[in-house]
Amino acid sequence: MSTITDDEVATEPERKPTKRQREAARIADAASGGIKVILGKILLLAIVDALALYAIFVLFLNDQWLVLGLVAVVTGIVNWIYFSRRKLPAKYLTPGVIFLVVFQVFVLLYTGYIAFTNYGTGHNGTKEQAVSALMSAALERVPDSPTYGVTVVEQPGTGTLGLLVTDPEGDVQVGMNDAPLAPVNGADMEGGKAVAADGWTSLSFQQVLGRTDEITSLAVPYSDDPNDGAIRTPDGTSGYLYVSTLEYDEAAATITDVATGTVYSDIGTGAFTSEDGEELMPGWQITVGADNFVRAVTDERLGGPLLYVTLWTFAFALISVATTFFLGLFLAIVFNDMRMRGRKIYRVLMILPYAIPSFLSALVWAGMMNESFGFINEVLLGGASVPWLTDPTLAKVSVLIVNLWLGFPYMFLVCTGALQSIPDELQEAATVDGAKPWAVFRLIKLPLLLVTVAPLLIASFAFNFNNFNVIYMLTDGGPRDTDAPIPVGFTDILISMVYKVAFTGQTRDYGLASAYSIIIFIVVAVISIIAFRKTKALEELN
Amino acid sequence: MSTITGRAASTRRPFNFGRWFRTTGWRHVVGVIVVIFSLFPIVFVVSSSLNPNGTLTGSNALFSKIGLDSYIRIISDPQVPFTTWFANTLIIAGITAVCTVFLGALAAYSFSRMRFTGRRMGLITIVVVQMFPQLLAVVAIFLLMSAIGDLFPAIGLNTHVGLIMVYLGGALGVNTYLMYGFFNTIPASIDEAAKIDGAGHARIFFTIILRLVAPILAVVALLSFISSVNEFVIASVLLVDTEQQTLAVGLTKLVSNPRYADWSAFSAGAVMAALPVMALFLFLQKYIVGGLTAGSVK
Repeated sequence: MSTITDDEVATEPERKPTKRQREAARIADAASGGIKVILGKILLLAIVDALALYAIFVLFLNDQWLVLGLVAVVTGIVNWIYFSRRKLPAKYLTPGVIFLVVFQVFVLLYTGYIAFTNYGTGHNGTKEQAVSALMSAALERVPDSPTYGVTVVEQPGTGTLGLLVTDPEGDVQVGMNDAPLAPVNGADMEGGKAVAADGWTSLSFQQVLGRTDEITSLAVPYSDDPNDGAIRTPDGTSGYLYVSTLEYDEAAATITDVATGTVYSDIGTGAFTSEDGEELMPGWQITVGADNFVRAVTDERLGGPLLYVTLWTFAFALISVATTFFLGLFLAIVFNDMRMRGRKIYRVLMILPYAIPSFLSALVWAGMMNESFGFINEVLLGGASVPWLTDPTLAKVSVLIVNLWLGFPYMFLVCTGALQSIPDELQEAATVDGAKPWAVFRLIKLPLLLVTVAPLLIASFAFNFNNFNVIYMLTDGGPRDTDAPIPVGFTDILISMVYKVAFTGQTRDYGLASAYSIIIFIVVAVISIIAFRKTKALEELN
Repeated sequence: MSTITGRAASTRRPFNFGRWFRTTGWRHVVGVIVVIFSLFPIVFVVSSSLNPNGTLTGSNALFSKIGLDSYIRIISDPQVPFTTWFANTLIIAGITAVCTVFLGALAAYSFSRMRFTGRRMGLITIVVVQMFPQLLAVVAIFLLMSAIGDLFPAIGLNTHVGLIMVYLGGALGVNTYLMYGFFNTIPASIDEAAKIDGAGHARIFFTIILRLVAPILAVVALLSFISSVNEFVIASVLLVDTEQQTLAVGLTKLVSNPRYADWSAFSAGAVMAALPVMALFLFLQKYIVGGLTAGSVK
């Protein structure tokens, strides 16, 4: 039935419409769309254009010329599509395609780009940001620094704190964290120390006490040259000169540690590095080529985890599909008997696990499988302490059990549907020919069933391959592998490993995580292509 | 119908337990075992949610105490903005579901009814691009959204609009494919009849086709709703503030150590969170079964 309609649709528009036909279609189209439709269309486009104009304005103020150009071009195309009398398919496809391009295609390409950088903790800014961060972090009090009289002042309006500094000669200067000291005229003096200046509000003693943390973190640069150091105050009344123990030489692109004399130079690794390989952190973001991929595969401490995580990911996905499918199929056969009463009730109760959001079920299972307090050990096993989630092997078994619980109702529904679509006559004919029930099932029903459910099994495999929730909620990938330099555990699958490398732990390594993502993508793509070839799923598209 | 024949058969012959067991009795045994397996975590969580002040250990004695204290506790606890999480989840998942269905139906309509260059390519592309799940690109999404947030704080990091937009990146995909198959089963002659009567393509789509394909729209909406409710990775990365988070992110953090967590309060939250999804699911059950098998059974 469906194929016939397809053919009808498919053959008809092959002929190019004549000019008169197109004209007629245009008139019909114009006549059918009432004034309301046209007004609605114009209104929607007006909203889109207004938003686009606003975006262009903001981008203009921020000098984002490339993005500005893209927004302008896309808006132009959208207007053209919807005002045009043709472009009918485009009118229906554009909204979805815009989201697809930005949040699927672009992020995929961007992931590829990040995989070739050292982006991550310590490497997420420019070189200038890294230099100023290094210099201010290495400030140290000059041993023989004179005492400067200091009054903490606040800039009215912004609330930013600054220091009003009186040096031993009696000269008064004022400055803030991002504004070096500058001379002040006509300050109010009290006991040889400036206490107030025009354009600044002096803080009272109480206020100083209340904002101690802010005040002690003040470092007012002495001059424009970062090598001159900064004035800091430990108590809000007297200040001292602090000089960075590092010295930045912009021309040579080196940083020298004054105390030890070590020279750290920019050797193209995204951080100032000394001759014996010591790196100053933070560094900055650079492109590192295929380093992340090479590291992921060849670094012994990373390659080992990658290998066993990959193997476990395949095992997890395959076993999950197999167990859920066979349990689901078995139950579908059991309940596919018309003589049985109460099948509806059984069915509703059985598919409840499928109806509950899986993150909730996984968390509940994690509680029940707790080694010392969980329901399974305490009640079902009478106080045993089986390490369901903390033993490497048993944790894997637990994950599979919970995933079986989560997944079998889906397979049950699918198999029931597929079984019911197999005509009963086949079974009758086979029985008449003398086939035993098991032979009927194995030789006739199962192959027919597999033809229909194979695409769903592939989809299920792909889903479990990236089934983050079960792993993360149940075991959090644990038990943790303490030998690995990344926070990986024995039940981690590839996708949860990516998440951990990128977003947990002390160091976030976006570059390495993206490299893993690309590796996973290639693996999934290859499997899918093979699977689709085998099942010819894509060829059926017409 | 089936029960009538069964009863007729049994009244004709004297009841024989052995024969009954061999034909249908053992099926009930299997059924009971499976139902116990399916239900026991559910019974456990309902029981511990009714335990007025239980820890994980305290929840092991099923239904030893009954009270609604833990429900009140999780709703009113100022540390745990449960109602806000709940509302966030329903809003995000609801809007995502509606928009996904709309965008997907638009695309499916054009793929099913129109013939244009690049149509087959477009269909294949959509299926293939979806092989790269969004959560694999979570780093890129995070960096993209934080860049957008610098310029447009209203749709960047830590906003619901931003998260919904990211989810809508997956609006065309398996869903469209599912809908496309269903659209194809609606005879094109209906469109043509309407065209002859003077209806334009927009009117045909909105007033005729969308009504005819309502079952698949319900299925896709539900599947999209459930997957957004379940989505953890992107939501946890994009939604920074506790007040902005969804149930999946909030509740997971809440019981990150079940030993010390207020297990009863979590259970109460879990029961409340599961109820709307379960109700929707059971309500739309027959459509779902049809929709799941529509892709496979031709």
